[in-house]
Amino acid sequence: MSAPDAVIRAVELTKTYRMGEVDVHALNGASLEIYRGEVVAITGPSGSGKSTMMNILGCLDRPTSGEYYLDGELVSSLNDDQLASVRNRKVGFVFQSFNLLSRTTALANVELPLRYAGITKGRTDRARQALVAVGLANRIHHRPTELSGGQQQRVAIARALVNDPAMLLADEPTGNLDSHSGKEIMELILTLNKERGTTIIIVTHDPAIAAQTQRTIRIMDGKVEQPEAAR
Amino acid sequence: MNFTQAIREAIESLSANKMRSGLTMLGIIIGVAAVIAMLAVGAGAQNSITGSISGIGSNLLFVFSGNMQEQVRNEKPLTMDDANAIADPFQAPSVAAVAPVVQGNAEVTFAGETANTSIMGVTPDYQLVRNYELTEGVFISEDDMLARASVAVLGPDLADKLFGRRDGIVGEIIRVEGQPFRVIGLLQSKGGSTFGSQDDVLLAPMTTTTARLIRRTRERIDVIYVQAVNADQVSQASEEVAEVLRQRHRTLLGEDDFTVFSQQDFVATAQTITNVLTIFLGGIAAISLLVGGIGIMNIMLVSVTERTREIGLRKAIGARRRDILIQFLTESSLLSLFGGLIGIGLGYLIAFIVGRVAAASGTPFVPQVSLDAILLATLFSTAVGLFFGLYPANRAAGLEPVEALRYE
Ligand SMILES: Nc1ncnc2c1ncn2[C@@H]1O[C@H](COP(=O)(O)OP(=O)(O)OP(=O)(O)O)[C@@H](O)[C@H]1O
Ligand SMILES: [Mg+2]
Repeated sequence: MSAPDAVIRAVELTKTYRMGEVDVHALNGASLEIYRGEVVAITGPSGSGKSTMMNILGCLDRPTSGEYYLDGELVSSLNDDQLASVRNRKVGFVFQSFNLLSRTTALANVELPLRYAGITKGRTDRARQALVAVGLANRIHHRPTELSGGQQQRVAIARALVNDPAMLLADEPTGNLDSHSGKEIMELILTLNKERGTTIIIVTHDPAIAAQTQRTIRIMDGKVEQPEAAR
Repeated sequence: MNFTQAIREAIESLSANKMRSGLTMLGIIIGVAAVIAMLAVGAGAQNSITGSISGIGSNLLFVFSGNMQEQVRNEKPLTMDDANAIADPFQAPSVAAVAPVVQGNAEVTFAGETANTSIMGVTPDYQLVRNYELTEGVFISEDDMLARASVAVLGPDLADKLFGRRDGIVGEIIRVEGQPFRVIGLLQSKGGSTFGSQDDVLLAPMTTTTARLIRRTRERIDVIYVQAVNADQVSQASEEVAEVLRQRHRTLLGEDDFTVFSQQDFVATAQTITNVLTIFLGGIAAISLLVGGIGIMNIMLVSVTERTREIGLRKAIGARRRDILIQFLTESSLLSLFGGLIGIGLGYLIAFIVGRVAAASGTPFVPQVSLDAILLATLFSTAVGLFFGLYPANRAAGLEPVEALRYE
């Protein structure tokens, strides 16, 4: 059953890496659906395929087999440039290690997705608003090296949101932060979901974080363990 | 991503690593500077040679004995009679004036000053064909010829050497190979030339010279200067001169035993030589530009590797293959364009210094940095950057986002 408001519908995804003689099945027939406006946690033991799943959901990678619909569009068949465009318009990434460009200011970092979208009009204003939304109004011209870890992750969240994507993917967003700033980042992410209705998917090892989401999807050995548990 | 943004970003990233960018540019700087300097010196040398050839006179032909291309048996020397026959307006109507010359070297002394100089036995027409002006005195006359007078006309450099001045020397008695000669005139300076000074010279009547200074059997002479009536008749005159000499030397059937050179021939030969030189030096310069290009490729590859994560991130947030390609190509072409611009300045400076050094050592010539050379260097260096940036940029653009993001 696929509800009309499913942002993500993944059917029997597999991802196989060939390591010399042996095949590693990072994903082995994983299916899931995620609905618009949901906050979902993906958990599972190390090496179970969470990051692999995230990369495919975020259109950074293609599944070896299976179908993946994002916003109703079959993305497993798109070419590289089309995938880039989908990432740019529909997906916001937040990484464990922030991944900001260290040479440029917070503002320039947040502007970057708009640049690749070809937007010039009002670009700086939009980037500034995104920074204000994550509570960095007074750090706009700082470089990443001049910011704390929590602040850097806020810049990364602003960058992920500036294009108003359909969903935000966060792979262990609090993994590099102390518990206090981790908590703040989680609060920020949940606020964004409430205020903007952005669909949010968080990969985490932390049960406390998973508990704050509406639904938890467990991945085991490349498969989704309890598919479609009721909300 | 538009163009100005790409350039701004490229400048930012290049200036983040100033030392490295500078050293990378150095290869291009040296290459372009070498190209510019070589072309400038080549053009300058060419102009100087062409200038000094036209400075000899106008519409001139030079006749030598011997054939420079073929071996000729029984070669007959050029004589005064040959010169007189060429001067005959019925046999060679396109010829305006003829000046036979014998030349050699001699020791000239005056009041304890000694100079070794080139001496020439000439006829009065020599002044005409060589376009000589006198700053004082008179030129050698027909009377001097008939009387085998011991008179001499001096070049200004020789006057400097003997007298230390360039005026009031008419009437002085100098000794040439120990024999007294009276100075009757002083030539105006023709300036230095690529072939050495034309001003360090002593002219004496042909008759006196062959009788006393340069002994020659059977009125043999070294060169005949022939002036055509006008520029259009130079080749016509050349034909007529050749015909006269073939008749007189009885070489109507075989190969000529003389050579007629026109000023244009000299200019063309000189141009061929300087062109070969310019191509050769330009080739060396181009190789150094190539080496500079390889340096750029090397650094760009390092830079791509270093920034693998950055590339992954850019792709994750929506950069297409093309965006990354343009980013790195912009960097490499800017690097070589800046290198090229600095190189043009440096090359200009080198050419200028070479000109100064040449002037100081008595061969004044002006290096010419042409607009063509500048445009060429700019274009070429940018092209080098583009070409050698292509492989690294392509590598960056082809990175898989997931792999790139995982790169440590
Ligand atoms: N590029 C690759 N080449 C080969 N094997 C890979 C590659 N990427 C992942 N794998 C394998 O796929 C499996 C799943 O990896 P993945 O990174 O998705 O795990 P994870 O659930 O995110 O683990 P963790 O919680 O430690 O981050 C692992 O066994 C891993 O070794
Ligand atoms: Mg992982």
